[in-house]
Amino acid sequence: MWWTRLKALIIKELLAILRDPKGRIILIVPPIAQLVVFSFAATLEVTNVDVAILNRDSGRWGQELVYRIHARPTFGRIFMVDSPDALRSAIDMQQVVAAIQIGPSFSRDIEASASADIQIIFDGRKSNASQIVAGYLAQIVGELAAETPAGKRAAPVSVGVTLRNWFNPNLNYKWFIVPNLVAAIALLIGLIVSALSIARERELGTFDQLLVSPLRPHEILAGKVIAPMMIGLVHMTIFILAARLVFSVPLRGSLLLLYGSGLFYLLSVIGVGLLISALSTTQQQAILGAFLFMVPAMLLSGFATPIENMPDWLQPLTRVNPLRYFLVIVIGVFIKAMPWQEIVSNTIPLALIAITTMGMASWLFRRRLE
Amino acid sequence: MRTETADQASDRCRRLATLVRKETWQILRDPSSILIAFVLPLILLFLFGFAVSLDANKTRVGLVVESKTPMTEDLAASFRASRYFSVADAYDRRSFEQDLVLGRIRGIIVITPTFVRDSVGRFGPQIQLIVDGSDPNTANFVQNYVQSTVSNWAAQRSTELATPSPAIRIEPRFWFNQELTSRDFLVPGAIAIVMTLVGTLLTSLVIAREWERGTMEAVMATPVTAAELLAGKIFPYFVLGMASMTLCVLVAVLLFRVPFRGSIFSLYLLSAAFLIPALGQGLLISAATKNQFLASQLALITGFLPSFLLSGFLFEIRSMPLPIQWLTTILPARHLIPSLLTVFLAGDLWPMFLRSIAFMLTVGAILFALAARNVSKRIG
Amino acid sequence: MDTFVRLTDIVKRFGHAPAALDTVSGSIRGGQITGLVGPDGAGKTTLIRLMTGLMLPDSGTVHVLDLDSRQNPAGIQASIGYMPQRFGLYEDLSVQENLNLYADLRGLPKEDRQAVFHELLTFTDLSRFAGRLAGKLSGGMKQKLGLACALLRKPRLLLLDEPSVGVDPISRRDLWKMVEDLAKQGVSVVWSTAYLDEAEACDCVFLLNQGKLLFTGAPADLTDRIKGRVFKLSGVEGRRRLILAKALDRPNVIDGVLQGEAIRLVMRAEEADGAPLEVASLGGKNAKLMITPPRFEDAFVDLLGGGPSGHSKLAESTKMRKAGDAGAVIEAKDLTKRFGDFTAAKDITFSIPRGEIFGLLGPNGAGKSTTFKMLCGLLKPTGGAGRVAGFDLRRDVAEARNRLGYMAQKFSLYGDLSVSQNLQFFAGVYGLRGDYRRERIALVSEIFSFAPYLEMSAKDLPLGLKQRLALACAVMHEPEALFLDEPTSGVDPITRREFWSHINGLVEKGVTVLVTTHFMDEAEYCDRISLIYRGQSIALGSPDELKARVASVDNSDPTMEDAFIALIKQQDQASLA
Repeated sequence: MWWTRLKALIIKELLAILRDPKGRIILIVPPIAQLVVFSFAATLEVTNVDVAILNRDSGRWGQELVYRIHARPTFGRIFMVDSPDALRSAIDMQQVVAAIQIGPSFSRDIEASASADIQIIFDGRKSNASQIVAGYLAQIVGELAAETPAGKRAAPVSVGVTLRNWFNPNLNYKWFIVPNLVAAIALLIGLIVSALSIARERELGTFDQLLVSPLRPHEILAGKVIAPMMIGLVHMTIFILAARLVFSVPLRGSLLLLYGSGLFYLLSVIGVGLLISALSTTQQQAILGAFLFMVPAMLLSGFATPIENMPDWLQPLTRVNPLRYFLVIVIGVFIKAMPWQEIVSNTIPLALIAITTMGMASWLFRRRLE
Repeated sequence: MRTETADQASDRCRRLATLVRKETWQILRDPSSILIAFVLPLILLFLFGFAVSLDANKTRVGLVVESKTPMTEDLAASFRASRYFSVADAYDRRSFEQDLVLGRIRGIIVITPTFVRDSVGRFGPQIQLIVDGSDPNTANFVQNYVQSTVSNWAAQRSTELATPSPAIRIEPRFWFNQELTSRDFLVPGAIAIVMTLVGTLLTSLVIAREWERGTMEAVMATPVTAAELLAGKIFPYFVLGMASMTLCVLVAVLLFRVPFRGSIFSLYLLSAAFLIPALGQGLLISAATKNQFLASQLALITGFLPSFLLSGFLFEIRSMPLPIQWLTTILPARHLIPSLLTVFLAGDLWPMFLRSIAFMLTVGAILFALAARNVSKRIG
Repeated sequence: MDTFVRLTDIVKRFGHAPAALDTVSGSIRGGQITGLVGPDGAGKTTLIRLMTGLMLPDSGTVHVLDLDSRQNPAGIQASIGYMPQRFGLYEDLSVQENLNLYADLRGLPKEDRQAVFHELLTFTDLSRFAGRLAGKLSGGMKQKLGLACALLRKPRLLLLDEPSVGVDPISRRDLWKMVEDLAKQGVSVVWSTAYLDEAEACDCVFLLNQGKLLFTGAPADLTDRIKGRVFKLSGVEGRRRLILAKALDRPNVIDGVLQGEAIRLVMRAEEADGAPLEVASLGGKNAKLMITPPRFEDAFVDLLGGGPSGHSKLAESTKMRKAGDAGAVIEAKDLTKRFGDFTAAKDITFSIPRGEIFGLLGPNGAGKSTTFKMLCGLLKPTGGAGRVAGFDLRRDVAEARNRLGYMAQKFSLYGDLSVSQNLQFFAGVYGLRGDYRRERIALVSEIFSFAPYLEMSAKDLPLGLKQRLALACAVMHEPEALFLDEPTSGVDPITRREFWSHINGLVEKGVTVLVTTHFMDEAEYCDRISLIYRGQSIALGSPDELKARVASVDNSDPTMEDAFIALIKQQDQASLA
């Protein structure tokens, strides 16, 4: 008996979301567009940036440095300028991220084994890009320095670093961003679908229709949970496939674990959504509520920036954020082959969040009936 | 040509004034306006001021010194002293490997037993660095900071051993932001996003609401003209956007100590120029949808997210694929953010400002032309 | 220039749907109240919008005050007053602020303001509430404020779009008085409505149905067409619903409804003379058939070619529940609901035996919805008890819900789901399974002729079909009790009759019905009525009893609306005394 009722409810929830063309578009187009745009645009890798060079040295070392900078594929256009003013304005107007000034005595100093200086101006308004470009340039200059007469002599004390990047040897940024998007977009979809579900039925007047039927409150809630769960799982599957097939991200861990913990993740997200829904009386409030949760959840998840970089007093706040735990899991399963114990220990907080939010939502929901 | 009598002109002014007054009352009484214009901006600003930091300080790494000598201990000490790392020690690298998998540490620095021996050899001493590549960004930082710690150490040793200093010295100068504090550019960038919220999201929501509630129709059936109706909406939200920007600037300067090197005048001029396309977009969205839910979704997808991601605020536009670079040129936020950062960090730079303002006004003019076509005094 | 509005061959279409207005022509005169009358979706709002110049016709012309709406909409808007549906008020502005806003927009000179505001606030009796937010006003007060805003600069043409929706009869009478005063001063008033009884009070009506203009002229001209063909059958013996159904089967009866204890019948034109005697015999020996003055609704049904048959296939396929067993099916005992320190319903007591239609009547906000919601389990009572089919609404609420069917005020099925998906859903929710489920769905689909519409989204259905679908979903599980909340507001009279013939049929099979309504003539279909006012039941009895209670020398045959207003006034006086 209860199963007949619940089944009818779940089918209705799915149809209510998917049958309206506008609803379908909202559900399908933005996530795919986000996946594509984000994974290409949202990269902290810095390539193709422009630099300016003022070479006042007439010797071969200056030429050599310019040549090596040209040879680096990481740079975009390289502007050769002929005055410090031009250099300054190229930085001011943000035509370039870095401006390199090679002094007139550069080659002479090197040949004389004296210390040769080059000045590099970076645009501090783009602190991330300029820092990374500084790294590139330091490397080029370092290599050049090693070949100078003085450099050859000083070689013994320079310390080399043998580098091994585990999990992602070429530091391919897409391997990082795409699995993260799987989690972030599931948050977006799960939250919007569940936050709007009750508020919308209230506005349309269909909620009373449900309440006078023999459906019990927990059955109504179950229907409101299961339908978004199914949609969330379909989205996750699409994104996992895209990650694997379109973006060639390796999947090293167990898919079963990913889905298992994903289930709890979706539950916790939908719990938050239902809580928002139970708190709001109109769709507008539900939308704003979802937005108000989503922005901090994204920023406090470790997605944009590692949690350990946040101030100590802010870090505890991340513990109630489901995205935080699931990010560890997706990255763990996709590229780290994380052991199952660790996945489980990150799933437990998700289950706790789910239980708490659903409990509160259903309490509020019953109270609203009075 | 009809000439306008003084009476008609004064009617016009009075109608406009009353529409503005009405809108102001509504803003003050509607909690969601206050939420979007003042609470949300503060939350965003706080998050960008505190939570989002691109400066890796105190990144956790593991340090393995496989054979202890005064030299290796000295190198290890300089890692421990680094303000970028929080170092855990172990004798065996295998004990860290698990931590790396679990994400408890971001990298393992191994000073091998051959380190001392190599330091007199042909290729120089080597240390090993194993980095968690699953977060390429942090991996890059770890790599760079390890490299620079090692170089500094080596340079110091060199001077102690009286060998010549490195052949080429780089004098890096980070203009405008010598310490490279990420907060100093994140917070001004967040201000642009806040203005998008007020200009586009809030405006589209309130106008859509007037359609839904039927008040738009009642007002349209009065002698009010379409232009007055538009102006009556835009002006209050323009002021609100400016107010919310002012609040953010005060918080940025007073609380987050972001330097402010330009002039107040250019700040307001730039913000004003930005609000024109932002409001135009809000108007266009609401006129096209006449429905709060769709309006909010469209405002988020076409306003909020792009100004976040495609404006050069977090991600370098030059590094994006070409089609996306083209796409960014029509985004007002992409033109505002460099100028806004310049006002804060560099000072007034008029050639740059004038160019951004010209771009923003052009986009604004196009959006308004489209919106005006949609908001003629007609329904259905 | 007596003609204020001239409509010439107007056509207006939206998308691919049938024309919203199909070649409508006519003229509206000054100093009169012109009613735009018709069910929802007839084209009333579109016609009014065309007159404001906010919308242009696809073809044909609209001249308002001799201005062409295409060429000079601004000129039109400067001299009309318009109150859209939902009154066009800013709910977060106060009464005075709304008035100021519209005064400025309409360019009311500063020096005249005080006088005009004073006059309008007195006229609408809103002076006491000048500082209150419009959103916090009752429906009737909002309507008056909307009217005041439209009247600020004494318009020559006043357009009112469904001003009486959601407004109780008392406020409605006040409004009529105001509008009549305006008409006397030469203003031309256009009043659109779905309530057919309002049409009779207009000087002139435009009767619209599905975009077509069926009739223009004085309402009496229309009712005169059926003069002498409308009869009242009183003193009937036996079940009057069965008799009505039988009467409707007669080929010479084209329409019939219940009116308290009596039955109102309209005869076919050519047979009005001979047949009545034969019909009278249906009511038994003592039944009397008397000619009665025709109503606008009678004439409308006649114009549409007569009402549906009295047979309900739905009822025929419903199994008989044993009638006359002692227990009440719906029972309210001292039901009380408090929200904070506000008492929405106090000590409501009644019991409805099997096979009875019981009506809850009352002004908006009086507590009838609260009572209704408590009895179908949507609200938990603060005190007292309610039972449905013997199940207590506190303890066995799920059992009770299995036995009730519910139809909400506005259409509240899932608009995004198709007709068949809605049927499947409600069948599932009520636990119908297997063959039984298939049978029931097939049955209602056949009864209500859903076959061509099964795959259509419910929200795109014509209003009449929405109505049928809502009823189908409410009765699929064969409930013992039916809860109907304003079931037929805005639907055309044919659909309304069809709806009630199903309900009447079901009641004859032993289904019990609780209904709230605004329609005074619908109240007369009930066996008994409880009049709810200020949270209390102030009168309970059959419609005829209630009417008899207020009968007086000046008004020997009061209508239900007269009874309603009189009883409430009595109560007000009693509470003052």
